[in-house]
Amino acid sequence: MNKPYVRPLSKTSWFLTQPRYKRYMLREVTCLFIFAYTFLLIWGLKRLSEGPDAFQGFLNALHSPWSVLFNLAVLIAAVYHSTTWFNVTPQAMPIQRGEEFVPGNIIIGAHYAVWAVVSLIILIIGIRGM
Amino acid sequence: MSERQIQLEVLRYNPETDSEPRYQTYSVPCMNEWVVLDALNYVKDNLDPTLSYRWSCHMAVCGSCGMMINGEPKLACKAFIHEYTDQVRVEPMANFPIERDLVTSVEDFIAKLACVKPYLIPKSDQPVSAGAFQQSPAELKKFKQYTLCINCMLCYAACPQYGLVPEFLGPAAISMAHRYNQDSRDGGRDQRQEVIASDEGVWECSFVGACSEVCPKHVDPAGALQQVKVASTLDWYKEHLMPWMKK
Repeated sequence: MNKPYVRPLSKTSWFLTQPRYKRYMLREVTCLFIFAYTFLLIWGLKRLSEGPDAFQGFLNALHSPWSVLFNLAVLIAAVYHSTTWFNVTPQAMPIQRGEEFVPGNIIIGAHYAVWAVVSLIILIIGIRGM
Repeated sequence: MSERQIQLEVLRYNPETDSEPRYQTYSVPCMNEWVVLDALNYVKDNLDPTLSYRWSCHMAVCGSCGMMINGEPKLACKAFIHEYTDQVRVEPMANFPIERDLVTSVEDFIAKLACVKPYLIPKSDQPVSAGAFQQSPAELKKFKQYTLCINCMLCYAACPQYGLVPEFLGPAAISMAHRYNQDSRDGGRDQRQEVIASDEGVWECSFVGACSEVCPKHVDPAGALQQVKVASTLDWYKEHLMPWMKK
């Protein structure tokens, strides 16, 4: 007799069943913080286009405790987002040299190195502009 | 040899009498070096001959004894009793319909595997007299890990995307397509691409990575799927931005 039983799967809480699914969802949720931050940048551009006074108001608002807290949360989310993706790059972009594959930690390390250099350049530009 | 009494909690389903699955617990005297499959065999031989499950080689080669052990997709022949407490829960592989007890329906996977043409499609017909297709060790190494897949389907049991969207081709089938696409002797990528680059193909994957974490043969299907995404994206750019590059 053929009467297969299909077990129900919750569309909304499936990720609570496994720690690895929770880690996955955590990684995915970080993009919402980055999404929110792009709005902050667009808002800053809008204020800039409205003149020096408007932009100064925007900069002053950035110093509020809520803004600092928001930026800190985005920073943590962005770092988590970036590191989790860097750590899987050897899977997505394996490099074969001759017979052997380049060790994964070299590919990951290269990403961190480029990240550090780009961050440094942005920091220098930021300090000079101040 | 030390012996330990294990409470083996098994999800059972009899399509002739049950409307839904139920748990049944067996008390099994397990040797420390046993695997969960040995415990199931003990139940079958000594306690309850009606218990149904698949197994064959007992050495992680045939891929038959995949099941959920304490919620984790495992081969029962590779899940050592000494790694568990005295309470072990055994269920059929997640995301698959249950036929009976620990036996699941595999038709869906078999059909998906077949549709990616998991065999060599030579670039050109060549008479036997022309000899074998040559392949260097480096060319072999490019895809060798994917040849280790034993079609145990644990990656499908681990994949939440397959659970939520059953049409998804899934990790093993796409990895097998990738295996042949990466083979220097093969020329069938265009034929496979129609299936694996479709909406139900690789783009359904959101890189949870669970497939690679549970693979008993360390095949890394998640990696294969991301590589297929990269290659498919390059195809798109070539087609739309550089049409003169088209073959």
